[in-house]
Amino acid sequence: MSDGVATGSRISLTVNGGVYELELDNRTTLLDAVRERLDLVGAKKGCDHGQCGACTMLLDGRRANACLILAVAAEGRAITTIEGVASGEGLHPLQQAFVDRDGFQCGYCTPGQICSAVAMLAEVEAGWPSAVTADLYSERAVLDADEIRERMSGNLCRCGAYVNIVAAIEDVAR
Amino acid sequence: MREFSYARPSQPADALTAIAGTRGARYLGGGTNLVDLMKLGVESPGLLVDVTALPYDLVEEGAGGGLRVGSGVRNSDLAANMAVRRRYPALAQAVLAGASGQLRNMATVGGNLLQRTRCSYFQDVTKPCNKRVPGSGCPARQGEHHNLAILGASPHCVATHPSDMAVALAAFDAVVHVEGPAGPRQVPLSELYRLPGDEPQHETTLDSGTLITTVELPALPLAANSRYRKARERASYAFAIGSVAAALAVVNGVVVDVRVALGAVAPMPWRAHLAEQALRGGPATEQAFKEAADAELARAQPLRDNRYKIPLLRNLMVRTLSELLEAS
Repeated sequence: MSDGVATGSRISLTVNGGVYELELDNRTTLLDAVRERLDLVGAKKGCDHGQCGACTMLLDGRRANACLILAVAAEGRAITTIEGVASGEGLHPLQQAFVDRDGFQCGYCTPGQICSAVAMLAEVEAGWPSAVTADLYSERAVLDADEIRERMSGNLCRCGAYVNIVAAIEDVAR
Repeated sequence: MREFSYARPSQPADALTAIAGTRGARYLGGGTNLVDLMKLGVESPGLLVDVTALPYDLVEEGAGGGLRVGSGVRNSDLAANMAVRRRYPALAQAVLAGASGQLRNMATVGGNLLQRTRCSYFQDVTKPCNKRVPGSGCPARQGEHHNLAILGASPHCVATHPSDMAVALAAFDAVVHVEGPAGPRQVPLSELYRLPGDEPQHETTLDSGTLITTVELPALPLAANSRYRKARERASYAFAIGSVAAALAVVNGVVVDVRVALGAVAPMPWRAHLAEQALRGGPATEQAFKEAADAELARAQPLRDNRYKIPLLRNLMVRTLSELLEAS
């Protein structure tokens, strides 16, 4: 506490459809809250500075780096982690494609890669261009390997499994 | 990280009141830079006023064919906006050239303008830095400066402004609308930033506690033929080592109007007025583009390891203007 002003908050987080009441220090990032308090440890802490993408979660369906989001600032958003991307018991098509294509080696970046790819496909569906989109005015982006690499550049893989990651995403995009 | 309190007002007046009442308070947008700087110990605010619930999240038609971009608009929404893509393509390209899909979903327009330099000494609290600790010195001049400024720097600071977006906004004469203790005010982007001189800790002309509300893009038909070109050390997801935003209008082989701004070469997005003056009214030829680039870069003052930026920026300008000539 400083000057008698609260430096903690009582918040409710909506994660994978569940609502969780938490009392936490305002310094807590969304990544730490979800991993340490909710025990959802799929999202990984890689760099903790927004440079690697291992912590990627979806907020209201949009991908974001949970290591740079304060948990208090995420109140009211619908948060989806890798544990929540599939509906029902089966795997999400992208999870299955990563298995089929061997889109990982150590697997540390994989939850972030898959969450990122889920939202990235929705961005393409919505007609968002990328830095390599030739026709900036097109309502409909065409997702080839160059586009996938550019749009997924916020997710690093130190094992270098990129070739198979691109193949897995291409399988689902088709 | 130091403890802090947190507020997320939905009314601008409440945000201004909260900031004014607390020393060392900061506005929080997407947090992509500020939260990182707090982790690094560079920033240690006692209060964060989250501005993402304020009513500044729309891109709207402005007066006479311009656009009004709310300060809380996320970078990804700005780049996807079809009016931006059609009328100010260099702005959409600049935003798309920056950061990653995740970060663009978080980052706001206002935060992008007020983000801090990525100079490695500024971000490392164990090192001197005149911007972070005035008077402590600048190790960058003798040390790691290959990506620092060649224009507008001073003996006290050679940091660059890292934004891509702001380079396009500078080319288009954007106007920043702010609210502050003294009421609303409009600041041309060209007057938003200060050169470092001997006070590099003062980066903008905004008073403490000022809130950016809107960035206005004036009507500029020429901007429909515009382009952003960025050089960086890897193919994606890296800050620029040099960039150009340009717009060109040519009639009968003569440059009737032109806009050029440079990124990653100065403490602010650098409007290339000398290059524009050299081009306006003259022939639209590659030779003229080269001479214009040289006119701008003649005042560059490179350091030991960033001399390469002069030919790099020259080539970027010539290539970008040549492409715009072909497209016009």
